[in-house]
Amino acid sequence: MTDTPFVIAGRTFRSRLIVGTGKYSSHAVMAQAHAASGADMVTVAVRRVNISDRSRESLLDYIDTSRIFILPNTAGCYTADEAIRTAHLGREAGLSNWVKLEVIGDERTLFPDNEALVEATRVLVRDGFVVLPYTNDDPVVCRKLEDAGASAVMPLAAPIGSGLGVQNANNIRIIREFSLVPMIVDAGVGTASDAALAMELGADGVLMNTAIAGAQEPVAMAEAMKHAVIAGRLACLAGRIPRKMYATASSPIEGMVGR
Amino acid sequence: MFITLNGEPYELDEPLTVADLLTKLAIDPRRVAVEHNLTILKRPLFADTLVHEGDRIEIVNFVGGG
Repeated sequence: MTDTPFVIAGRTFRSRLIVGTGKYSSHAVMAQAHAASGADMVTVAVRRVNISDRSRESLLDYIDTSRIFILPNTAGCYTADEAIRTAHLGREAGLSNWVKLEVIGDERTLFPDNEALVEATRVLVRDGFVVLPYTNDDPVVCRKLEDAGASAVMPLAAPIGSGLGVQNANNIRIIREFSLVPMIVDAGVGTASDAALAMELGADGVLMNTAIAGAQEPVAMAEAMKHAVIAGRLACLAGRIPRKMYATASSPIEGMVGR
Repeated sequence: MFITLNGEPYELDEPLTVADLLTKLAIDPRRVAVEHNLTILKRPLFADTLVHEGDRIEIVNFVGGG
């Protein structure tokens, strides 16, 4: 079965899996996990250079930028101004005008501040950015983000790093139905079946970090996620059977021996 | 003279360019973004921009994140 290409803001990606670069035990393990995942877009954070310790290797030495597109993020920003400033710095440090926009509203849940997120999206789109906002699984907020010019909407499956999987499947389906831009389920995936479910619900892509980086075997989990996203996408396109309360026999009732 | 470098006081003998500051810090200019007194500096301006007493410099790069 042929699929439509995965396109965001005119750029085509081979993989519908987008992965992070944080929390790995080493840059080398990260690079192996990236290769196993098949992802061709990875997200990175923008932080102050460590002035006192210049010995640490650069993250970029371990990302094959000829094959992998770098998506800077504004993780850790708590106001629109902070996120806008960080996005601009990321653009200057990198090679593109893309940003994964995060404006966090609460420290414990890391849920987004919706008002500030919409405002920051509007400003950054005006400044020429391709904005991919991480948002609540709220169809109304997603619509506002799209109206503000977001190139995709990225609702959470569950809190960042929680590994709980899709908590509100119905909202994810509604957001997919409402959105004219790609919907990428971002955050909260715990294992392969969570990613597959997100794709079955209609997600155009899945973004994850902790589920891979925090697994006991990150490289194996990265490969599992690659297959899960492919399987979930195919199942979505194939169209699942309706759920029924009772059994329907798969073998014929006629011709039974001894009846 | 002192500047504020990534939020901390940092001593310099004399005013110098951003490019020279990066060299002094052993930082590859192609891998960072620099903010000079809250204004982002385009990379071609690193060699022409002087850092003066009391200036605020932010140097950022990409690190692992999700």
